[in-house]
Amino acid sequence: MNKNYSAFDIIGPVMIGPSSSHTAGAVRLGKAAAAIAGSDVEKVTFFLHGSFAKTYKGHGTDKALLAGVLGMETYDENIKYSFRIADEANLKYEFVETDLGDVHPNTVKFLFKKKNGDELSVTGSSIGGGSILITEVEGEEVEFTGDFPTIITSHYDRPGIITQVTSILSGMGVNIAFMKVFRTTRGDKASMVVETDSPVPKEALDLISKIDNIIKVKIINPV
Amino acid sequence: MITSGHELLELCEKENKSISEVVIEDQIKALGLTREELFEKMRVNLNVMKRAAKLAVEEDIKSVSGLLDGDAKRINERNLKGDTICGDRINRAMTRALSCLEVNSSMGRIVAAPTAGSCGILPAVLITVAETNNSSEENMIKALFTASAVGGIIAHNATVSGAEGGCQAECGSASAMAAAAAVELSHGSPEMSLDAAAITLKCVLGLVCDPVAGLVESPCAKRNAMGAVNAMAAADMALSGIKSIIPFDEMVMAMYKVGRSMPCELKETALGGTAATPTAIEISKKIFGKD
Ligand code: SF4
Repeated sequence: MNKNYSAFDIIGPVMIGPSSSHTAGAVRLGKAAAAIAGSDVEKVTFFLHGSFAKTYKGHGTDKALLAGVLGMETYDENIKYSFRIADEANLKYEFVETDLGDVHPNTVKFLFKKKNGDELSVTGSSIGGGSILITEVEGEEVEFTGDFPTIITSHYDRPGIITQVTSILSGMGVNIAFMKVFRTTRGDKASMVVETDSPVPKEALDLISKIDNIIKVKIINPV
Repeated sequence: MITSGHELLELCEKENKSISEVVIEDQIKALGLTREELFEKMRVNLNVMKRAAKLAVEEDIKSVSGLLDGDAKRINERNLKGDTICGDRINRAMTRALSCLEVNSSMGRIVAAPTAGSCGILPAVLITVAETNNSSEENMIKALFTASAVGGIIAHNATVSGAEGGCQAECGSASAMAAAAAVELSHGSPEMSLDAAAITLKCVLGLVCDPVAGLVESPCAKRNAMGAVNAMAAADMALSGIKSIIPFDEMVMAMYKVGRSMPCELKETALGGTAATPTAIEISKKIFGKD
């Protein structure tokens, strides 16, 4: 209430039914998670929590999550055929109902198994109206929405790293929209999530990955 | 943005313009688009609406849960035989509303108007009234802007979400939007549009949100069909000069207050109303395989 609405907030968006949090939100979660996982995925296991676990069958949330992993857009009418499309692409998938603890009711944890045997997890929630929040990547706490180009680092918690990252970005004319730093409980590792207003050039990413004590850096394009 | 019916009518009167014209000018400024760009954006919505309103008649469509299955076809077939109680126009509108909901629940493409659960009402009324009046595509697009203003005022001052205000807020708002659009398409005045919207809201006040098994299917599809009829009836009343004794803005606030005072069992949680009937509980068990 008391927000201002444009004509297209009221009439729109064009969307795939039945509901934005179960379809568009789920597709976007799948897309973001798959972007983090990268290529050569052999199998995806979806751990569904809360109302996702309870109602995914009726809402088609499973089809939408898989469609997102396959890279479909939120308005793609092939979302409902995602099982068949995944089969054709030799992508294995499994849905497991679970309890992820004290998290948003529409939460899913993705476990990607790569062809080389590596495993990687991503957790996120569909928080309403098609908006999402990614909350975990490879066991590290993060928080980003997928609305912006997003840089995620994993690094040793040493002074000066944040400044180096921000100065590389500002040097390339990339404006930072939001930034958060997370410290993990184990060891002295930390992660940083930087959401930017414009696309991040590859050179910036290369420079960031060369900073001392940076272990890994990833870029996720808006989903 | 225009935030009350009162303000909207004042602008219409001052500038001697239709609701759509006032809204279009307001949106050109607010969104920084040209008039052509604005129309083009709305045309995309209109085209998706048109397709969703007939797809379930032309194709075999089944919802993911299996709960909705062929009702648009059923009502259309009977109407084609010409022996309906409500007549051809009302039956066409109901067919279109049901089609949109069937498309939505089968993971097809729709336009939220204002929400996915109420996506059938505005297309059903708009297309049916335009068909009757032989309206141009341009006038249909204009009518969508009129509808958006009514929805925007409700969303600003109250809510259009079933979880927050019950079905009166969701399907009720869609009906009010559709009624205002229908009046404008039928060359009624701006006052008549808002009278129709206010009358529509009165007739759904207190309607709870109680989806069977938590799915946007039942009673949602039928509420969309009835929402279209409600809008058309209110538009006819307003066009004949019947006034809403309570102004639109006050009805919006009344709807909001009623929504606030509804227990949460009756706001999308599927714990009350239709959703809590023994049959609904059985259906839910069948779909989800548990309670
Ligand atoms: S009953 Fe609830 S879910 Fe169904 S249309 Fe009404 S508000 Fe939407």
